[in-house]
Amino acid sequence: MFSVKNLVKKYPTGQMALKGCSVDIDKAQIVSIFGPSGAGKSTFIRCINRLVEPTSGEVYLDDVEITSLKGRELHKARRQMGMIFQEYNLIERLTVMENVLSGRLGYVSFLQAMFRRFPKESIDEAFYLLERVGLAGYHNQRADALSGGQRQRVGIIRALIQHPKILLVDEPTSGLDPKTAMIIMQLIKDLAKEKDIPAIVNIHDVALGQRYADRIIGLTEGKIVFDGPPAEVSEETLTMIYGEEDWSKTIRKVEDEEE
Amino acid sequence: MTALKTTVWKRFSKKQSLERYSIEFVIVLVFVWATKSVDIYWPFITDAPHQAADLLNRMTPPDFAFIGTIIPSLIETINIATLSTIFALILSFPIAILNARNTTPHPIFLVVARVIVVTSRSVNELVWGLIFVVFFGPGAIAGIAALTMRSLGFMSKLVSESIEEIDPGQVEAIRATGANGIKVFLYGVLPQVMPTIMGTTIFRWDINIRQSSVIGLVGAGGIGILLTSAMNMFRWRNVSMILISIFVVVLAGEYVSAAVRKKLT
Amino acid sequence: MSTSSLSTVWKRDHFIKNPWIRWTIIIAGTAYIIFALNDIHFDMQRMREGWPRAVDFFHRMVPPDFSRWPMIQKGVLESLQMAVIATTVSIILAIPLSLGAARNISIKWVYLLSRAFVVIARSFPPIIVAIIFVKAFGFGPFPGILTLAFTALGFMGKLLGEAIENIDPGQVEAVRATGANWFKVQLYGVAPQVMPRYVGLSIYLLDINLRASTIIGIVGAGGIGGALFNAFHRYEYDTAFAILLVIIVIVLGMEFISSKVRGRLQ
Repeated sequence: MFSVKNLVKKYPTGQMALKGCSVDIDKAQIVSIFGPSGAGKSTFIRCINRLVEPTSGEVYLDDVEITSLKGRELHKARRQMGMIFQEYNLIERLTVMENVLSGRLGYVSFLQAMFRRFPKESIDEAFYLLERVGLAGYHNQRADALSGGQRQRVGIIRALIQHPKILLVDEPTSGLDPKTAMIIMQLIKDLAKEKDIPAIVNIHDVALGQRYADRIIGLTEGKIVFDGPPAEVSEETLTMIYGEEDWSKTIRKVEDEEE
Repeated sequence: MTALKTTVWKRFSKKQSLERYSIEFVIVLVFVWATKSVDIYWPFITDAPHQAADLLNRMTPPDFAFIGTIIPSLIETINIATLSTIFALILSFPIAILNARNTTPHPIFLVVARVIVVTSRSVNELVWGLIFVVFFGPGAIAGIAALTMRSLGFMSKLVSESIEEIDPGQVEAIRATGANGIKVFLYGVLPQVMPTIMGTTIFRWDINIRQSSVIGLVGAGGIGILLTSAMNMFRWRNVSMILISIFVVVLAGEYVSAAVRKKLT
Repeated sequence: MSTSSLSTVWKRDHFIKNPWIRWTIIIAGTAYIIFALNDIHFDMQRMREGWPRAVDFFHRMVPPDFSRWPMIQKGVLESLQMAVIATTVSIILAIPLSLGAARNISIKWVYLLSRAFVVIARSFPPIIVAIIFVKAFGFGPFPGILTLAFTALGFMGKLLGEAIENIDPGQVEAVRATGANWFKVQLYGVAPQVMPRYVGLSIYLLDINLRASTIIGIVGAGGIGGALFNAFHRYEYDTAFAILLVIIVIVLGMEFISSKVRGRLQ
């Protein structure tokens, strides 16, 4: 249902951010991408929906090749991919509801967008999702009045209301405290399962990533160096991804699985 | 308590004071050059207070009955200011977008927008007035065109600077939803620059109230036309009444704009 | 998903929450704009007629005609002289004026008088002031210099006066405690605190005055503006364009210098 073939990104500065990455995802699963900062995680995820233009390579979403699309076709492809951001990237001066409905911008006309005349189904769904993530009653609050965790929930709904076929998630928890981070990860996982769609999650927190992922991909210096289930992630794997370090404390052991 | 060695204290070091003296010397020199060479017969100036008193004498008391003629003209002045602010606001949107590095579709447009902004800002409203009176003949339309042109650069510049400072993350998020260019602007850019747009518009309206009382001097409508004709007919008591009314309108405009700006923030 | 139990009506909160006030503003605003457009007799006919005249104007405007260079040069020089004299005079007079217009330094009646002067000087556009001075003192650079100095004093009186009002009173108190008299208090307690602002404003003032000095000639108050106005009236648009280009270069040049110098002062 989703595959990336030999993706390469070379920045105008000459820096090779991605040196030929291939990934296949054939079922609804949470895929965590591990890697040190600067490894190309963020570039990888942005090359998929072409917020960053890949230099070469192919991206398939349900047999549609995305890297060759232009204009309207590209916008159509983008609305099938929901994205969740590190800094939430909400429109600070708009209300929660407007932020959620902005996820439907790819579907409505210019005038509908301008006058905020979104279809009733979208509004119904927005209310449902707001309640689902515990933000019922917040719809007329301005986004800049929310806490970090609340903002990220709005960010998640904005992505989901697109009815995406895949979620692209870029460091969703880096600005949050540990407890909120877990709640957010759980929410992403639950909702992805509920909608039966895969999610690619860039994450720097190894323990958190391992805990919620069905599959781990290790990215170092623009190359995929590991691809497998979380259980296979060992100290050696982490050393391979991040370099030398004492991983015994970071890695999740089987015995703290239930706490 | 006696010091063994007398120390000399000076505010500035030798080099510093040399620098300061030379700057001061140049300023004095330029001033002397200007006063010597300017086309004024200075002894004649001693008569100035007498002339001023004479004019003031002819101007008092102001002719309050003239207010009936003044008011329609004042309304026109305010209309010119308001309409030109609205037109400039509308026109400044595309120019501000082209003039901002992060929203311009192509560097060529950036250059074009820069030229428009610089021209608009560095040509005085009276000169714009002269030009548009040639186009449309004397009257308020020329005045509106002149003030629109004059305001355009000012507003576009401030708004485009604000666009250049927006948070790119919010734009990225809207692009990621599959929105096209204009919707990205509507949701990703516009909300972020809205406070600047409103503040700039009100500020410009305040300035335009002042300027619309002037452009009549070149025939471009408003109270200035009345002022010129009153002067040409030596109706000095009408002139002083017009001056008082301009003063009141300008103060009122300043008050209104300050009040609105306070409400908005 | 089932959403039947949820409220499903959403409307964006209006910018002005009270519907009465909102609709009053909307209706009054629309009515005013319709009235204003009517009042100025906005007719398309005249707009259309303007187009060929505009085309003709541009044809006669380019290329700019610099053949009257001596006249242009004389005007520019006069503008410069006016700006220099007016700036020097006004930055000197600004010192007593802004002390008078500062609430924390001044005594009541001086304060009220200074403030009144500042408000009047700031409210009148320079061109209006110029035309009155021309009527009082005749044509030439003298009323021009007076105009520039008058408006400049309004500007300085307000901004420098506010700067003085915002100084740290502790420093003034300390100087006063040494037994210094009024003048010495100003010199040691006040002046050092507002000096950078004073120098910055003075340079900005030269910028503003030069700008205005290129224009007030339109009403006969000296400088290059007079030449521009005459060119327009003789329909010599190519000469007018040449003069305009010279003015733009001067204005931009001075703006550049002034922002550079002010940037270095900070």
